[in-house]
Amino acid sequence: MSGLFSALGSFWDWLSTILDPMCGPGGIFTLFGSNTILACGDTGWGDEIALGLKVTIVVAVATLPVGLVIGFIIALGQQSAEKSVRLAAGIYTTIFRGLPELLTLFIVYYGMQILIQSALSAIGYQGRVEINAFVAGMLALSVVFSAYCAEVLLSAFRAIPKGQYEAGDSLGLHRTGTMRLIVLPQLIRIALPGLGNLWMNLLKDTSYVSIIGLSDILRQTGVAVRVTKDAFFFYTLACILYLLLAVISSIGLGFIDRWTKRAEVRR
Amino acid sequence: MSYAEALIPAQPAPPELMKKVTTARIVGHFVVGLWILLGLALLVMMITNWDNEKFFKFGPRYLHGLMTTLELVAFSVVFGALLSVPLAFARMSKNGFLSGFAYVYVYIFRGTPLLAQLFLVYYGLGSFRPLLQSVDLWWFFREAWYCGLLSMTLNTAAYQTEILRGAIESVHRGQHEAAASLGIHKIVAFYKVVLPQALIVALRPYGNEIILLIKGSAVVAIITVFDLMGETRYAFSQTYDYQTYLWAAIFYLSIVEALRHLWAWFEARLTRHLKR
Repeated sequence: MSGLFSALGSFWDWLSTILDPMCGPGGIFTLFGSNTILACGDTGWGDEIALGLKVTIVVAVATLPVGLVIGFIIALGQQSAEKSVRLAAGIYTTIFRGLPELLTLFIVYYGMQILIQSALSAIGYQGRVEINAFVAGMLALSVVFSAYCAEVLLSAFRAIPKGQYEAGDSLGLHRTGTMRLIVLPQLIRIALPGLGNLWMNLLKDTSYVSIIGLSDILRQTGVAVRVTKDAFFFYTLACILYLLLAVISSIGLGFIDRWTKRAEVRR
Repeated sequence: MSYAEALIPAQPAPPELMKKVTTARIVGHFVVGLWILLGLALLVMMITNWDNEKFFKFGPRYLHGLMTTLELVAFSVVFGALLSVPLAFARMSKNGFLSGFAYVYVYIFRGTPLLAQLFLVYYGLGSFRPLLQSVDLWWFFREAWYCGLLSMTLNTAAYQTEILRGAIESVHRGQHEAAASLGIHKIVAFYKVVLPQALIVALRPYGNEIILLIKGSAVVAIITVFDLMGETRYAFSQTYDYQTYLWAAIFYLSIVEALRHLWAWFEARLTRHLKR
């Protein structure tokens, strides 16, 4: 059994090396950067920066589902018939859309540390607690993302006519059935441009996690700058990598947009 | 023929209906209770940990930081607006080179994080010290404040270009044609017909952009500018007191909320002729 797992593991390693877009055999840094400062391996900074790119993508991709789910719940709360639910959801969006992302990050990062420390000292543990920067960064980014996401989803909800809900009722669907089968497909289609903008913002906001010590693109290029003193080159490279991510995601979003509109009449 | 001979005597009010207790109601009250509890906890924490010495040591610094933040935002919004006008016209021009240039500018500055732009200006351009000294620009790139201002200006100029272009293009073609058929010169038509309608469309996005810039300005603290965020980080590094961040949060929230309400009032006032 363990032999199978190690075989699978080594196959996965081989696959991820072959298909690595930056440092694999067909990677950008391997093709154009060998024997330069961007070579992969011990002689250059290619592999470090490729790792940073990976961390940035992982943070953004991990934040997206959490932010979407919280944002959906908040949006539902904001259009609830119950006044107190609306109030609670309103307070959430007001606070997290009004605070700078950087401040939210610090508040979550240090706040979690203090909370866990005091909780542990209450049960008798006195050691120092180090919070995982990835979890703190992801949590802070998803909180910010969800606050904006709630606004986008709320305006999309308002664009769906009441008759759609009534149609669901008259078909004898349960409320969750109406939501899942009738409202949600239309909601996604309406909200997609707004959500796409939020995704672009999220990609840019991931740069803040470098400040609490997560090795994303900006952190890794910063390390390279401190060693090589070539600030202009490396920070330009960081900007180019962010631009690359933006271009790739706008192409991807275009595909998704066309896919969601495949049933609409062509004009 | 019959008619009422006596008025109906006053009846007691119908009994008040009890509001149904639903799940949403319970959850809502619970969550609002949580928010209130959180607010109270923060208030209690601030009162019990109140320290006059810290207050007089860091209070003035916070106010100074607030002023720095507001100055940075005000200057960069104004300079960005000035820069965005030629860029927006370049973007709308029929000249492929000009519109391509403006498109690339907007794409680059909207596609990369402000933090990366800041590092590029402060550390990247700062590494060309001999060259900058030879053209007598070193005094500018030596100061973190100027570098922060420059990158914030360039960043907001890109966003404002898009806002301005979108607003001008949202004005219907018929408006241009009507002005032309009245024999009004193109430039006069732009000032008196197109621009007033465009700016009303642009009002809300401009407000959002200023709020985004206030929030974005916090990153200049990373390159050692002592704005509100910078002073907060300084105070935290001196005291390791978590409240320093809460004070910053209160400051930022009140600026943003004040601006949001001011802008809503402003918009309601300026669009009162469009109300039906």
